[in-house]
Amino acid sequence: MNSTHGIHLPSVLITGTSSDAHTWNLIFLQLLLEEWGHDVINLGPCAPDELVLRSALEQRPDLLVVSSVNGHGHQDGLRLVRTLRGRPQLAATTMVIGGKLGTDGLRDLGQLRRLLDAGYDRVFDDGDVASFHALVSRLPVRAAS
Amino acid sequence: MTRVSFGDFVAGARANGTLVVQPRMGFGDPRRMREGLARTRAADAVTVGTLTLDSYTRVRDLVAARQALDDGVPLNGYPICTHPLETSRAVLNGIHTASFPVQVRHGSARPEHIVAALLALGLEATEGGPVSYCLPYGRTPLQEAVASWRRSCEMLARHTGDGRVPHVESFGGCMLGQLCPPAVLVAVAVLEGLFFTQHGLRSVSLSYAQQTSPEQDLEAVAALRLLAGELLGHVDWHVVLYTYMGVYPLSRGGALALLEAAARLAVASGASRLIVKTAAEAHRIPTIADNVEALETAARAAAEAPAPPRPRPADADSEVYAEARTLVHTVLGLHDDVGTALLTAFRRGLLDIPYCLHPDNAGRARSFIDRDGRLRWADTGALPLPRAAVSAARKVTSADLLAALSHVQRAYDHGGTP
Repeated sequence: MNSTHGIHLPSVLITGTSSDAHTWNLIFLQLLLEEWGHDVINLGPCAPDELVLRSALEQRPDLLVVSSVNGHGHQDGLRLVRTLRGRPQLAATTMVIGGKLGTDGLRDLGQLRRLLDAGYDRVFDDGDVASFHALVSRLPVRAAS
Repeated sequence: MTRVSFGDFVAGARANGTLVVQPRMGFGDPRRMREGLARTRAADAVTVGTLTLDSYTRVRDLVAARQALDDGVPLNGYPICTHPLETSRAVLNGIHTASFPVQVRHGSARPEHIVAALLALGLEATEGGPVSYCLPYGRTPLQEAVASWRRSCEMLARHTGDGRVPHVESFGGCMLGQLCPPAVLVAVAVLEGLFFTQHGLRSVSLSYAQQTSPEQDLEAVAALRLLAGELLGHVDWHVVLYTYMGVYPLSRGGALALLEAAARLAVASGASRLIVKTAAEAHRIPTIADNVEALETAARAAAEAPAPPRPRPADADSEVYAEARTLVHTVLGLHDDVGTALLTAFRRGLLDIPYCLHPDNAGRARSFIDRDGRLRWADTGALPLPRAAVSAARKVTSADLLAALSHVQRAYDHGGTP
């Protein structure tokens, strides 16, 4: 475990969506979060919803990051977060999604609201590392056991 | 119609000294798909058509593909297994002819459903491979992908005859799109080509994706052609070059300049076909007009490029050829069946794709862009290659990775070349 001055920084589970084959976004996020001091598990591209659910229940991460760039992120991200939030054990887990979420490259406020209503705590625009860092740094830390 | 196979069409264009150009286009809406094919055909270039399938069809989630069509949600490609057969026939009718072959591009590690659908439509050309459509693309065990691609190749091969010559292109030259040293790209493409022929295909193509160094790319395509000549002499084969598949320039000028560089590379290296990228690539899924512009821009650049020199004797001395040849022969020495040999090679790390997260990839090899622009090994892991000359001790940071990923984008957006 990554431990700094007796506290554990929040653990992170990174995943692509079930239909998204892109990898570099996930590798970049992993390196970034590790540099910020977090323990990271990276499920990689095309992770089926059941695998994300099983991993989240087993690992109990403090933060779950969904990254998608293939244009199906709205659809797949919505289905995934409903599955995850359906489990009471994951009710308090911080869950975020970001990337290129639609096929047309435009921001869709209706879809944004649906993603938030369905259970994401934040939806990030493609490349908004500063806002992502702000959210990650505000996550509660735990005392080292 | 009089049939002309995909391989023969490309060979005919090559004999005329013309580079065949091809888009990566696919739309969920049949009318738009038909229009895309019609305008590809009508473009001022020698073209072949593409049906790129959607991501749900790729991962065999046909329920999600059906749901998206029912709900009117845009798909990122054509759902060939979901639209009724008559609908897909109407998309192709009068367009897919002897003077316009159409290839199905998909990305599936287990493509039997796709192969069955394309054969039912009278199509016979597709692309992928047991390694190149598995390791970078998800979590399907490599063993399952090998078994599925064996069956898929055999399904295709059974349709040989009566003017039909099924064709499969290896996607091996594009592993992860960028930052994979060329020797591995060349080796995987050659090995997949051999895999296809072992399972009955008589016409194949081998891919190579433009990387970070034009000189190294020339060596790589030369190595690919030399190895294909040595090992695939018994079948019809050609080389297809992909325009840069990594992070693409944002500016219109940079995007088109990179495409033109790819077209010149295709001509100079003796590739027969070029897969284009559009000026919209970095921003959204390209429109039909974006694709037509890219096809015509590439064809113009290729026509203006000087004729390729005869293969130089130096090609056989290049670093890429030496490394690729070692990789290919090491793998072929593991087993007579190429599929089995590939499985053993990945299990032992004798093939290893840098940064690939798949559970069946060793994940020990690492690459970097050297100061001369060439992709080199930072760590060769268990690859049967000389140990990397540079120190592997320095850990790659997120900033290093981002800089490497955007190396080509930055160069072209600033009006230069890498």
